[in-house]
Amino acid sequence: MRIALFLTCVNDTMFPGTGKAVVKLLRRLGHTVVFPEEQTCCGQMHLNSGYRRECEPLVRSFAATFAGFDAVVVPSASCAGMIRELHPEVVPGLAAPPVHELTELLVDVLGVEDVGAYFPHTVTYHPTCHSLRMLGLGDRPTRLLRAVRGLELLELPGAEECCGFGGTFAMKNAGVSAAMGADKAANVRRTGAAVLAAADNSCLVHLGGGLSRDGAPVRVMHLAEILASTEEDPA
Amino acid sequence: MSGERTDVVWLGSPAFPKAAEKALADDRLRGNLRNATTTIRGKRARVVGERPDWAELRDAGAAIKDATLADLAGHLERLEAEVTAAGGTVHWARDAAEANRIVTGLVKATGETEVVKVKSMATQEIGLNEALAAEGVTAHETDLAELIVQLADDRPSHILVPAIHRNRAEIRELFARQVPGAPADLTDDPAALAEVARRYLRERFLAARVAISGANFMVAETGTLVVLESEGNGRMCLTLPETLISVVGIEKTIPTWRDLEVFLQLLPRSSTGERMNPYTTVWTGVTPGDGPQDFHLVLLDNGRTEALADEIGRSALRCIRCSACLNVCPVYERTGGHAYGSVYPGPIGAILTPQLRPDEEVSASLPFASSLCGACYEVCPVKIDIPRALIHLREKAVDAKRGHPSAERAAMKLAAWTLGNPRRLSAAQNVASLTARLPLGRPSRTWPGRRRIKRLPGPGRAWSRTRDVPSPPPQSFRRWWREEGEEQ
Ligand code: SF4
Repeated sequence: MRIALFLTCVNDTMFPGTGKAVVKLLRRLGHTVVFPEEQTCCGQMHLNSGYRRECEPLVRSFAATFAGFDAVVVPSASCAGMIRELHPEVVPGLAAPPVHELTELLVDVLGVEDVGAYFPHTVTYHPTCHSLRMLGLGDRPTRLLRAVRGLELLELPGAEECCGFGGTFAMKNAGVSAAMGADKAANVRRTGAAVLAAADNSCLVHLGGGLSRDGAPVRVMHLAEILASTEEDPA
Repeated sequence: MSGERTDVVWLGSPAFPKAAEKALADDRLRGNLRNATTTIRGKRARVVGERPDWAELRDAGAAIKDATLADLAGHLERLEAEVTAAGGTVHWARDAAEANRIVTGLVKATGETEVVKVKSMATQEIGLNEALAAEGVTAHETDLAELIVQLADDRPSHILVPAIHRNRAEIRELFARQVPGAPADLTDDPAALAEVARRYLRERFLAARVAISGANFMVAETGTLVVLESEGNGRMCLTLPETLISVVGIEKTIPTWRDLEVFLQLLPRSSTGERMNPYTTVWTGVTPGDGPQDFHLVLLDNGRTEALADEIGRSALRCIRCSACLNVCPVYERTGGHAYGSVYPGPIGAILTPQLRPDEEVSASLPFASSLCGACYEVCPVKIDIPRALIHLREKAVDAKRGHPSAERAAMKLAAWTLGNPRRLSAAQNVASLTARLPLGRPSRTWPGRRRIKRLPGPGRAWSRTRDVPSPPPQSFRRWWREEGEEQ
């Protein structure tokens, strides 16, 4: 299958490893990945912060860039949610390409759960709000993780509660955001897991930022990087 | 403290983030809130889970409210006609001042100087107790939690459990100090505390000749008012006195008894986590020889008509004040209700207060007091898409200030410009320019291969006060793709 990758501006700029992991994973599964270079950003930050007018051109350019593709994969639950749920509302009537968050693509479209990954570490998974409530990813991510050889999945207490990132909320209401993050981080540490995984790097940069500041022995990783990991080429 | 209160918004309430800081520093408050909200949350989840048709009930609740709001004027006219035919008197109040004037006038006409009150959000919204006090009338709150708040000269911090920020030990101390005749050896056993309140309130009920209430619903087809409660204290107020004055927001109207059936299922499960609330009192005008013989209904607008005109914002008027959204809100759980600066705290407050009182300082910050996690929308029994409404109100806040330059606006414009074109984005991703001004720290354990950045400049400082960021990667993905990714 020929799959277009919409990486998102945050991943492109700050977490290229996540993009490389998606490419590696999908190629390993026998698919062709293309990265339309006209892509930039889905407009989520602008829309959620009240800048709808500034968001509109981004929505239009997304649609133009990905028009004609049979499948678009997005390794970010919140951006996938933005595109699918809110783009049609920002610019009504725009032709929408079929967009799938990574775990949706794997489980629903490609029909795989065991992606042939190897990752011999303890992992706890944080279901981010948009993956949980906006996209309804359900147990897709954990089904994929459980099928990874060597991986031990540890349950995160209070998993469904927001980590406190919330885009510009993290700065506008930094105190509350940090308090929510600290509670989540404490739950992560309680699991004893070596790795915290999620389907959104933006939530992970918030949680990881707090864990890093506290010197916690926890690595944060996008789900894609774990699923891409193999014995020969470990993450 | 009570003297500072005004209608809906408490006068001088600082912007949300500032007010939240005080709450965040209060460990006892956070502990009280966490315990209380966790308990109610669990109860609600259990009883809602029992209903296989919960999704349909919610759909019905939302649909009934929307249909009613679409012809609110018509339903209100019907309601007025029915209440009047049943011997009640209907008054219309455009705003808080008018409502207070009407109620104080009615009370004074009875010659009484004391009234008992049923727990009511509408009367808090208009600051009725203060207005009565200014005219020499004392209002006694009879809901237990409301009584606690009143005795402490405090402000309510939750819609359903106004004293949620207090624990038993604090209440024991308060009763021992404030309630005449409280036993010297009062313990913090809930039964003992309830007994003190019961004795105190019983005297008020028996002496009262005027009661003031709100209502959960008004059934237009028969002109019937409905109050749901747990303690029975409301029933005492609604049945014993001679005069009953009910102040009710116009959006509480529902057309028929069939509609009421839906809400009698939605509300108790969502609010107290009960299948059915212990007391449901319904009355239609006056009934000779039974209950209050003089009944007044004050229909309150106070900003609602304006909210109704806003296509997205009007969804807030579906609210049945169950408080489920407060109990699941991670922001509310950490700040408590006072930070919202209004009688309506939590997610519903964040979308209601700015619409009812758009010009207050706190109103400008409330739509931003959310991480948009969506937990509120998930539990709301009338399916108010609170995140959607918050975004809409953010837009209104931003648009209202277009033309006024600010650091945030400049940053947002710059970001939009950069993201508007892949070549500009690519240039901005240039690592040298990204890292040049950032002091790099030790190698990061969180992000292997990257370094820790502990201090960000400008608006990033709010971030880096408690959170590191990883140093930028050696190259962006698009660079990698061009150089080696595509060919692989
Ligand atoms: S907004 Fe919904 S959940 Fe919140 S109090 Fe109103 S009805 Fe209840």
